[in-house]
Amino acid sequence: MMEPSAYLLLSGILFGIGVTGVVARKNALIILMSVEIMLNAVNVAFIAIGSYLGDVTGGVFAFMVMTVAAAEAAVGLAILIAIYRLKETIDITELSVLKW
Amino acid sequence: MVGGILQYLWLVPALPLLGVIVNSAIALFAERPVLLRENAHGEGGHGAGDAHGHHASPPYRKLVAFLGPAVVGASFAVSVLAVLALAARPAHDRLFVQVLFPWVQAGTFQAPAALQLDPLSAVMILVVTGVGFLIHVYSVGYMSHEKAFARYFVYLNLFTFAMLLLVLGSNFLVMFVGWEGVGLCSYLLIGYWYEKKSAADAGKKAFVVNRVGDFGFLVAIFLIFWTFGSVDYTEVFARIPVLSERGVLTTGIATAITLLLFVGATGKSAQIPLYVWLPDAMEGPTPVSALIHAATMVTAGVYMVARTSALYLLAPTSMAVVAVVGAATAIFSATIGITQNDIKRVLAYSTVSQLGYMFLACGVGAFAAGIFHLMTHAFFKALLFLGSGSVIHALSGEQDMRKMGSLKKRLPVTFTTMFIATLAISGIPGLSGFFSKDEILWKSFSSGHGHAALWAVGTAAAGITAFYMFRLVFLTFFGDSRMDPDVERHVHESPYSMTVPLMLLAVLSVAGGWIGIPEALGGHNYFEAWLAPVFGHGTEGAAHGGGHHSLALEYLLMAGSVGVALCGIGLAWYLYRARPGVPKEIAGRVPGLYDVVLNKYYVDEIYDAAIVRRIVNGSVWLWEAFDATFIDGIVNGVGALVRGAGERARRLQTGVVGSYALSLLLGAVIVVGFLIWP
Repeated sequence: MMEPSAYLLLSGILFGIGVTGVVARKNALIILMSVEIMLNAVNVAFIAIGSYLGDVTGGVFAFMVMTVAAAEAAVGLAILIAIYRLKETIDITELSVLKW
Repeated sequence: MVGGILQYLWLVPALPLLGVIVNSAIALFAERPVLLRENAHGEGGHGAGDAHGHHASPPYRKLVAFLGPAVVGASFAVSVLAVLALAARPAHDRLFVQVLFPWVQAGTFQAPAALQLDPLSAVMILVVTGVGFLIHVYSVGYMSHEKAFARYFVYLNLFTFAMLLLVLGSNFLVMFVGWEGVGLCSYLLIGYWYEKKSAADAGKKAFVVNRVGDFGFLVAIFLIFWTFGSVDYTEVFARIPVLSERGVLTTGIATAITLLLFVGATGKSAQIPLYVWLPDAMEGPTPVSALIHAATMVTAGVYMVARTSALYLLAPTSMAVVAVVGAATAIFSATIGITQNDIKRVLAYSTVSQLGYMFLACGVGAFAAGIFHLMTHAFFKALLFLGSGSVIHALSGEQDMRKMGSLKKRLPVTFTTMFIATLAISGIPGLSGFFSKDEILWKSFSSGHGHAALWAVGTAAAGITAFYMFRLVFLTFFGDSRMDPDVERHVHESPYSMTVPLMLLAVLSVAGGWIGIPEALGGHNYFEAWLAPVFGHGTEGAAHGGGHHSLALEYLLMAGSVGVALCGIGLAWYLYRARPGVPKEIAGRVPGLYDVVLNKYYVDEIYDAAIVRRIVNGSVWLWEAFDATFIDGIVNGVGALVRGAGERARRLQTGVVGSYALSLLLGAVIVVGFLIWP
């Protein structure tokens, strides 16, 4: 049984990359991908802790998150396509009509 | 079983209440739709619909015309039987209390809905239902041209119910309910023609002025409960000796209670200073003036003072106040009566004046005499009002005596009956008014509480009464016709439904006094003897006082008051028959005085300036400065604050997704940091 700290470090780095991507990038597609990275960073942490504790719940959760991630990606992409058809751009700084 | 009839005492107020219920149903579901339809119709093109409504008397009107008087008549029949059953009992046992249901119970406070029949309430219910019945019958004829016929009878029945509750209640709380009930009906009936602004205003005035008096009455009831621990008549009066001995019931408390009660009485019975509403109340239909504003409701104050006579006798100051206010009102309003030209207003001031007599009697301890005058006054004043109503009806609504004259031949029944009532009120020997008025004058002189000055004022007022009443008769029925030709063509004697009550009341006006002929005139004062169980304590004192004076003095005073009355009549004859030009000349001679009296001593104007204006101004201040600025300021301020905050906060919603994501991140960091912070 190995220490989970390396995995958790990896998970943290991946999550940081994801967050940076979501906050810093302007392309909606990139943001969507960054969200996927964040979700998968969490998956890494789940599985690492699960295998460290010998508990399958971590793995089950990881599957669950993957399912949600797949659904989210599908819906997100569909929205992006719809926005692109309307605005001919997916730059989020251009998409600021929904405000006061 | 005559004795068993007392068990049905509850029917006396219940029957008029039944009339109220049925008539309201008719008024709401049969009459109102018709009126609304006619109104809608009338706006398009009236005339046809109008005439139709008058001629074809719908069945519901016939039902109301029967039911309205019938319930009161039935109530009168029950009253007569109940009073006969009461009279069959020995004198000391003439008190019957019927508890209907427990009503208000709070701790030691008990006020059941209970009725009480004793000699005093017996007199009152006979007057209320008897005279009330005649006036209901009269109303059928008088109001026959009115569209809101059922509504009128709803009010009139409701009034009868409330009045019976007032006089039959066995505690102060039931009396107060009746007291307020009659006040409400008075308001509703004065404002019966509510489309007319003056009528609506008069109704409001009566209501507001009465509230002032009711406040005093209510505080008096609180004080009675606080002192005696009960509001039941029997209990309160039974506890008087014990509580006076213990020093709980001091003269001061008795004076406070009785003066506050008297404030209530001045409101309801139109005495100085609260009499101003009664003359204006003449805006109502004339039968209402006869029933409410002459025969019954306005005498409620006298009844209340008589009912609490035991308390009044403990407070000599209050007695003096009652007597002085009564005498002052009697002469004050009599002088106003001289100058009025509206036939109903003359009678209204006359009523105020006669009520003053009743209070004068109560104030000198002659409660029985006061109630006696209450009864005879109910007969002849109701007759005078109904007679004037008959005149007004005949003259298509004309009330100004300057536009009447020579109606003697045209309205023979009205003239004869009204003339009898005029003789009665003037105090001509043999008629009812003579006995009751003379009893009061004699007692005000001879009783232990009396005073020669009170007698002098009362006698002077009697002379003025005779003068203005004969002025009314001469102007209305004698001389040359001063009517408008249009009006004159339509003059007609009233229908039987109106003249028969007049005749019956005329008989009562003559004979009603014969049950109270004083012993000095060889009679036996049955009336006083009948009321003795109620006023035993009071009349005793008066009788003892009377004992010191000789019969010769009584004859002398009697002759004096008759002489004064004859002088008044003679003067009226001289001024309005022999030398019709003279009154104007006199008025021209003293224009200042005449104007003051004609304008009712400017009392309305003084009240307006001293009280009404101030209250109105105060209300305006409360409205503009307090409500509009302060209260509205708080409400609007809170609104403006929230609005301003929202105005600023909405800038946060930029619409830029990146900034939302950043906020989300910051929030998450704060929450997580907060959670894992040691």
